[in-house]
Amino acid sequence: MDPSAILHGVQGFMYPNEIELQWSLLIVLYPYITGLVAGAFILASLERVIGVEALKPTYRLALLSALAFLLVAPLPLQLHLGRPERSFEMYFTPHTASAMAMFGFVYLWYLLGVLLFEIWLDYRPEIVHFAKTKPGIMGTVYKILALGSYNVSERALWIDDKVGRFVTILGIPSAFLLHGYVGFIFGSVKANPWWSSPMMPIVFLFSAMVSGVALVLLLYMVVSWAKGRVIDMRCVDTMGVILLVAFIIDFALEGLDLIHRVYEADESFKTLDFLVHTKLYFSHIIVQIVLGTLLPLGLLALVRLVRITEAGRKGIYLLSSVLTLVGIFAMRWNVVIGGQLFSKSFLGYTTYKLDFANREGLLPSIILMVLPFFILWGLFRLLPPFERPSRTEG
Amino acid sequence: MLRDLYRDAEHLFRVVLLCVVGVLVFLVARAVAVPKGFGEYGHYRAPAIRDAAAKTPVFAGQAACAECHDDVLATKAAGAHRGVHCEACHGPLSAHAADPSAVEVALPDGRALCVTCHEQNASRPASFPQVVPSEHAGDDVCTECHVPHAPSVQ
Amino acid sequence: MDETRRDLLATGGKLLILTGAAGIGLDFVLAGEPEKAPNYDVMKHWWGMAIDIEKCIGCGNCVRACKAENDVPKEPFYFRTWVERYYVPDVDPREPHAEMQPKVDSPNGGYDGFDDVYRHEKSGKTFFVPKMCNQCAHSPCVQVCPVGATFESPDGVVLVDKSYCLGCRYCVQACPYGCRFIDPRTHTVDKCTLCYHRITKGLTTACCEACPTGARMLVDLKNPDDPIHEFLRSNKVQILKPQMATGAKVYYNGLDGSVR
Repeated sequence: MDPSAILHGVQGFMYPNEIELQWSLLIVLYPYITGLVAGAFILASLERVIGVEALKPTYRLALLSALAFLLVAPLPLQLHLGRPERSFEMYFTPHTASAMAMFGFVYLWYLLGVLLFEIWLDYRPEIVHFAKTKPGIMGTVYKILALGSYNVSERALWIDDKVGRFVTILGIPSAFLLHGYVGFIFGSVKANPWWSSPMMPIVFLFSAMVSGVALVLLLYMVVSWAKGRVIDMRCVDTMGVILLVAFIIDFALEGLDLIHRVYEADESFKTLDFLVHTKLYFSHIIVQIVLGTLLPLGLLALVRLVRITEAGRKGIYLLSSVLTLVGIFAMRWNVVIGGQLFSKSFLGYTTYKLDFANREGLLPSIILMVLPFFILWGLFRLLPPFERPSRTEG
Repeated sequence: MLRDLYRDAEHLFRVVLLCVVGVLVFLVARAVAVPKGFGEYGHYRAPAIRDAAAKTPVFAGQAACAECHDDVLATKAAGAHRGVHCEACHGPLSAHAADPSAVEVALPDGRALCVTCHEQNASRPASFPQVVPSEHAGDDVCTECHVPHAPSVQ
Repeated sequence: MDETRRDLLATGGKLLILTGAAGIGLDFVLAGEPEKAPNYDVMKHWWGMAIDIEKCIGCGNCVRACKAENDVPKEPFYFRTWVERYYVPDVDPREPHAEMQPKVDSPNGGYDGFDDVYRHEKSGKTFFVPKMCNQCAHSPCVQVCPVGATFESPDGVVLVDKSYCLGCRYCVQACPYGCRFIDPRTHTVDKCTLCYHRITKGLTTACCEACPTGARMLVDLKNPDDPIHEFLRSNKVQILKPQMATGAKVYYNGLDGSVR
C-alpha cells in the first residue's frame, strides 16, 4: 500500500512500527467463530446433561452447527499467518509459556475428543442403517464412518448413551476452555490496556454463549421454515429464556469491566475513552451496546413480561437473534481492532483500512463466514438432524 | 459376561485404536519435523544464534579505519571531532576496508553533512555547537573556514 | 610417541566432556570469516545499551546507519531504531490543574533529521529520545511466541529466527515499546538484534558506530571493566515503562518523566 496513505490515518503520535495494524478482520472472525462453536455446544449440553427437555429438537442441530463452525475456526488464523506453511510448528514445538501455543491442542481435543466423538455416538444407529442400505459412494462413506462395526444392539446403544453423556459432561469444561482460552490470548497481553484484563476470558465465554444460543435459535427457525416444519414454541421460548439469562450475565460482566476502567482511570483511560467516543463510537456504542445488547435484551425481556402472540414471539426471536449475532460480532471487532487503534504511548491513534480482495481483506472474510453454512448444509445431508429412525433395528 | 461387554463396546475400541494410530503418526511426524538443535539452549533452534551472527558487517568499525588512516586519526585526536568515528560522516565502508582499491571513497558534501548535526535546532542540547547556516556563513561552504577533522576556525 | 598422543587425546576427550557439562556454548565459534572472528563465548557477555538523552542531537545518523547495516525496509513504518522528539509545555500558572500532554513526533523515524519546528517556542522544553529494542531480560515478546522463533540468547540479546517465525504477530502485540514489525519481504517478524553479527565479532553496533556525540553506548554488563557500571553509578538512570517489569536493558540518562 502507499506509505503516505497509511501515514495519513495517523492522529497524534504512534510509535512508527505501530502505524500498520497487525491483526486484521480475520482475527476478528477467529474469536467470533470459536464463540459460536462454544455457545452452540453448551446449548446442546443443556439438553443432554441438565435435561432441559424442551431443547430436544435443537440438540442435533446445535451439535452440527458447532461442528460446521469449528471446522472453519482455524482457517482465518491460518490465512492471516505471514508464513502459513509453517503453522505445523505450533504442534511440533509449542512454546509452553505462550498463551497462543496451546490453541492447536485445545482445538484438536475439542474437535476430535469431544464434538466428533459425541456426534458419532449419537448418530451411530443412522450411520449403521445407511451403511447397510445406501448404495454407491454414499454407502462407502457411511461404511467408513461406521468404522466397520454394525453393532447397534440395545446394549451397545445403552453403552453409547452412557459414554455420550460422559463426553458431554467433559465437553462443557472443554467448551469453556476453548473460548475462555481465546479470551486469555487477549487478556494476558499486559502491554495493551484495552485487552489486559482478567475479565477477558469470562466476558468472552458469556458472549460466546450468547452468540451460540442466538445462532441455534436463528438456524432452528430458518431451517424449520425452509423444510416446512412446525416450529416448536416451547423450544424457542426456552431458548429465548436462556438467551436472556446469558445476555444479562454477559452485559453485567462487561458493565463491571467498564465501570472498573472508568473508576480506576489509570494512565490509559483518557486514550481509551477518547477512542470509544470517536473511532469506536459507531461500532461500540451504537452497534455493540445499543443495537446489539440493549435492544435484544429489551425485546427478550418483553416476551417474559407481556403476553405476546406466537407470531409476534417468533418475530421477536428472529429479530433479537440477528441483532445479537451482529452485536457480538461488533464486540469482537471492538476488542481486536479497537485494541490496535491507539498507540501504546497513549499519545495517538491510527486507522484500520480494510481492503477488499486481498488475503486479509473483506472478501475472504465473507467467504469464511458463509462457508460454515455450506458445511452445515452438507452435514444435514450426511447426518439428518430431524428424523430419528427407530432405535431397535440392527 | 466380560466377553459380551466387549462385543457391545467393540466399536468404541476401534475409536481408541484410531486415536492411538493418530498419536503415533503425530509423534513420528514430530520426530521428523523438529529442526536440528531445537531446544539445545532453550526453546528455540540453537543454530539460529549462529545465523544471527553470520551476517557480514556493513560498517567496518573504527579499528579497521585506524589500520591505514592513522594520520587522520592523529589529526582528529586533537580536535572537537575526536569522538566522532570515521563512518559517522563517511558512511558505511566495510567494502572499502576489505579491499581499499576496489571502493573509492567519495568526499562527503561539506555543507549538507555539517548541518546534519550543527544546524540550529531547539530540541538539541543547548551546549551543543549550533548555527543558523545562512546567518553564520551565507552561501559559503563550511570547509572554507573549518577543517572537518579538527574543526576549529582556521 | 603413540602413547603420548593417545594420552593427549584422552585428556582432550575428558576436557570436552567437562566443557559440555560445564554449560552451554563454551566452544561457540562463529561462522563467517574465521580469522576475523575470535572465539566468541556467549556465556561471557550480557549485552545492553546505555543512552544519554542529554547528548542526543537528533541528527538521525543512528536511524540511517541501522537501516543500512541491517537492510531494514525503507518505508516510514519499519524501524529497528528510531528517534522521537518531545515537546513538553510549561505548566500554566493561571491554569496549573490543566492536563499537560507532551507533543511527540518522529517523522520517518528521524531518518531525515528534524526540522526546527520549535524555534519560536518561548516556553516549555524539547529534546530527542532515541528508541530501540530494550533487549528485555523478561521479554513479553519471547514469552508469547508460540513456536520459539524469538528467544533470548545466552548473552542477553532478544533474537528472531526468521527461518522459523510463522508471522502470527503475537509478539508485535506483546511488545510494550513498539519495537517489532513485520518485514514485508519475508512476512516474518523483524527487530533490533543489537547488531548481533557485529558485537560477536568485537565491533560495536551500527548505531553506536554512527552516533557522532556518543549518546549511545553498547554495554556488556558481564564485563566488570565496562563503563556501564560507572554510568549506572554516577547518573540518575531510568528504563522505559518500568511498570511493565520487562527487565529492559537499555538504560537512559536524563529521561524525562513525560517519555513513554
